Amino acid sequence: MKDRNFDHLPEHLGLVSRRDFLKFCAVAAAGMGLPLGMGVKIAEAVASNLKKPPVIWLSGQECTGCSETLLRATHPTVEKLILDLISLDYHETLSTPAGALAEGARHQSLQENQGKFILVVEGAIPTKEGGIYCQVGGKPVLQILKETAPQAGAIIAIGSCASWGGLPSASPNPTGAVSAAEALGGKSTVINIPGCPPNPYNFLSTVLYVLTFKKLPDLDDKARPKFAYRRLIHEGCERRAHFDAGRFALEFGDEGHRRGWCLYKMGCKGPETFNNCPEQLFGDVGARSWPVGTGCPCFGCSEKGVGFAKPIPEQASLKYFTPAGVPFQGTEGIRSGGGSVCLTPSTAYPPIAPPEGHGPTTAAVAVASGLAGLAVGAGAVAALKLGKKEPSDAPETKKE
Amino acid sequence: MTELDISAGNKKISKSALAGMQARSVHAWQPVGGHLITKPFLVLAALALTGVILMLYRYAAGLGAVTNLSDGYPWGIWITYDVLVGTALGCGGYAVAILVYAFNRWEYHPVVRSAVLTSVFGYSLAGLAIFLDIGRYWNGYKLFLPWTVNFNSVLVEVALCIAAYVVVLWIELLPTLMERYPENARAVATRQRLERWLPVIAAVGILLPTMHQSSLGTLMIIAGYKLSPLWQTQLLPLFFLLSAVTMGFAVTAFESILSSLAFKRPYETPMLGRLSVCMAWVTAVYLVIRFADLLIRQAPVFTSGFQSVMLIVENLLYLVPVLLLVSPGLRRDLRFLFLAAVSMLLAGSLYRFDAFLIGYSPGPGWHYFPATAEILITLGIVALELMAYLYFVKRFPVLPAAHS
Amino acid sequence: MGLSRRDFLKAAAGGGLALASNLSPAPVLAREPVPRLPDALGILYDATLCIGCKACMAACKKANNLPPELCTPDSLWDDPVDLSAKTVNIIKLYKNGTGLAKDQEINGYSFIRQFCMHCVDPSCVSACPVSALTKDQQTGLVRYDKDNCIGCRYCQVACPYNIPKFQWDQAFPQIVKCQLCDHLIAQGGYSACCEFCPTGASIFGNVQHLREEAHRRLSFKPGEFAEYPLHRVESRHTTRRQATPYLNHVFGEREGGGTQVLMLANVPFNKLGFPLLPPESQASRSETLYHTLYKGMILPYVLLGGLFYLIYKNTTGHDLP
Repeated sequence: MKDRNFDHLPEHLGLVSRRDFLKFCAVAAAGMGLPLGMGVKIAEAVASNLKKPPVIWLSGQECTGCSETLLRATHPTVEKLILDLISLDYHETLSTPAGALAEGARHQSLQENQGKFILVVEGAIPTKEGGIYCQVGGKPVLQILKETAPQAGAIIAIGSCASWGGLPSASPNPTGAVSAAEALGGKSTVINIPGCPPNPYNFLSTVLYVLTFKKLPDLDDKARPKFAYRRLIHEGCERRAHFDAGRFALEFGDEGHRRGWCLYKMGCKGPETFNNCPEQLFGDVGARSWPVGTGCPCFGCSEKGVGFAKPIPEQASLKYFTPAGVPFQGTEGIRSGGGSVCLTPSTAYPPIAPPEGHGPTTAAVAVASGLAGLAVGAGAVAALKLGKKEPSDAPETKKE
Repeated sequence: MTELDISAGNKKISKSALAGMQARSVHAWQPVGGHLITKPFLVLAALALTGVILMLYRYAAGLGAVTNLSDGYPWGIWITYDVLVGTALGCGGYAVAILVYAFNRWEYHPVVRSAVLTSVFGYSLAGLAIFLDIGRYWNGYKLFLPWTVNFNSVLVEVALCIAAYVVVLWIELLPTLMERYPENARAVATRQRLERWLPVIAAVGILLPTMHQSSLGTLMIIAGYKLSPLWQTQLLPLFFLLSAVTMGFAVTAFESILSSLAFKRPYETPMLGRLSVCMAWVTAVYLVIRFADLLIRQAPVFTSGFQSVMLIVENLLYLVPVLLLVSPGLRRDLRFLFLAAVSMLLAGSLYRFDAFLIGYSPGPGWHYFPATAEILITLGIVALELMAYLYFVKRFPVLPAAHS
Repeated sequence: MGLSRRDFLKAAAGGGLALASNLSPAPVLAREPVPRLPDALGILYDATLCIGCKACMAACKKANNLPPELCTPDSLWDDPVDLSAKTVNIIKLYKNGTGLAKDQEINGYSFIRQFCMHCVDPSCVSACPVSALTKDQQTGLVRYDKDNCIGCRYCQVACPYNIPKFQWDQAFPQIVKCQLCDHLIAQGGYSACCEFCPTGASIFGNVQHLREEAHRRLSFKPGEFAEYPLHRVESRHTTRRQATPYLNHVFGEREGGGTQVLMLANVPFNKLGFPLLPPESQASRSETLYHTLYKGMILPYVLLGGLFYLIYKNTTGHDLP
């Protein structure tokens, strides 16, 4: 390893120790589902990159939560890593300069790094009335995005707002907020890292992947990296066994809740939300450090049409479920994992005496009544014939 | 039954029997003859073919594919019509055998053969229907293994008796079949041997239907509250037996009249008149016990909705033959005899439908009406029965020879 | 016709009365009622404890390897509407008016569980012609053996609770019913429904103990705190909760000759889908009549002998040799 380019590390990474750096890269590689050796390759790619890749971070309608989550990545000095690893040329919250100075930095970077910089979009883009509901330096962010995007090497939308509209796009969506991809009209490929906020490691891993392999990671039909958004939360949930066994918490603080049973009946959206929260966890503080782990039902923050759309107590639809573990086949192919071991009972109850059996069908009634008619007709004809034609050799019978 | 050679002049023989035997010696049986393949025969063949195809489908795809049976109504028209009504219609042989052999009324001997023939088909095809209906038919032989049979089950008695009676009926039919081959020495010998055994065969042939026709009624006792109190009574076996006897008489008269009409043969009006009177008497007894039972149990005769309507219709149909046959004048009119027989058959059939389907309710919410395929299979079985009847009547000496 | 009438009356006296004499509407010689077995196993279901979580349904399917029942077009749920060949245990909902108060007949609701009651004197066992349904001599559980079954479905006609279910969609069908997880009992376990019931609504145990437990619960004053055993009647693992009112009726103590599954609720059981049954079992009514008629096959043999005599006389003109 000594012969590799890690000697440059201190130069680039400031206070990050070599050991921490390698560890981070290995974790990132594992998070992306890459082979073990890839961690070294990532580290190499990062360390050998003498010119730090420039990043321009645009903010739309956002709460800065996504930036915050990145800063709260407490994995050894990750914020330092990301800040020193890349050249964050423009970030409205983090940049030291302000006003014209900051805008100037952006312009300069744009000119210097045509087609090489990574564009990160945080927050939704308002489109109504020409996008006047979010302006930076007197310019609508819609316009800024449209100017910047064509020159970017890669575009990453961080957070649900940038990925699919998020909170600002919630009904009635007064500002016409849309995702970055939509705002760009589908002209550029945008990698979506949805979540409110997203897991910082999903973002970091994506950045590292792009840097290392110089290409985009595998994306699903919603342009989310598959390594992070391939599986339902429900599939990896530590409370899943309770779901399968039918043990549900019914309200906060009840017996089931205290025992850590499944939160499905309290409105947990795990069964319809694709994310890796149960595996990746948050804040690096150990087991259960994610919403469901702490006893709070998932509200589907990262899933379009679920988070900010469905009422929080509403029970999740089980549309991704297939009977008896058959993989789920969606529009973008077969999703691994698919269904559960067995289908669990629905939450509706059958009445005491439901209508059952089979009533008459038109055809059956027609056949039956046809036969009855035929029989009556035949009987009548026979009786009439008997009346008319008395056989002569039946002497005791009288004609009437 | 068989034609017998009995030495007349025995001092102990009753006057009636003697007269009967003289009558018997006068009449004989002969095949109707004529073409077998006629238009009605082809129509029946088409129906039978449809039925057979659907039966094969039932074996391939399960009972649910062709029937409307459900867990609430596990028994539908196959049991009610094909087995219950089918065997009751097959009681002609039984009812006439009682009259002829037990009560020594030999004047009814001419209709014995055709009555036995209908019984053979009625029962054989009821057996076929049972094999269609039971889900695990390949285990059917378990009914005949003493170590698996449960002797507390009424169904065992019914199944064993019906199986035994089918065999007895075919034995009873054998002489008719043998008679077609008078030159064949073996056939003649078999016939004679069978005739020697007649008392045993006839006695068993009367006992078995008595047992299983009453047990068909006992079957529903265990259904308890599921059968409406209009029909649920400890007297069910008696009612089923009496209605089977009356239906046996009725079907004999019905068949005799229709075959005379269809094959343009002379009617046997006087004999049928007397037969119908027997039927009317049994029916009258039945009705008295039936209403006494309803009264004693204070059954909700008029307040059970549709079931009440069916009960009243059923008993009105029972009443029609009694009223018609009270008058000796009407008794001699073939039309009224026919009407009485038809009414009797409808009454008995409706009673069976009532006691097994219409009066049966597994609880609120359940429905049953037979599926089209279910009806067509039943129709196919009836068509098979009629085809076999036509074939036997035209080719074998079953119907009494025309007096000419 | 005089002779005919006389003959007929003779017949009525001979054949008919022999039948009728034993068929008086109230049978005099009822078969002895079947006693409860001392080691009988059963379940006590308490509707007032049931929260309708359906854990028992899920556990039952798993323990008995039963397929889900997809009743809605989108096939998302195991959502049976009634017991069936795929579902041998079901939670149903009684609801009246506003349906607000739990375990209240008017303007309330109640859960109810339906599964095999394991009768003391089971109709299905009496009805089954080939001993495919049998009652265990020790535990009293009603078992099904498909190797004997002929699929006649008489058990379905006979069962007062509509428990045995038939696989209508199979070419080679079977009857399916709850067997109280006897395969688990054989391994030292107990019924999965009770094992997974979180509230103690279903508890497993010796029927005698279950009866005592049921009567203990009936003696609670509503509002007082009481201990309810979980999973098994003798379990030391209990929950403590305020007792709610009960209907003073342990369903299954006497109904239809008694059952090994006992039920408690605060809504009348006929509203919860249970039939009102007399204390005498349907099997005993049927068997009383049937065995009276066929006791030692005496009646049939007498009838056969009489017939043979008559026919012999009539056909040969001789008395019996």
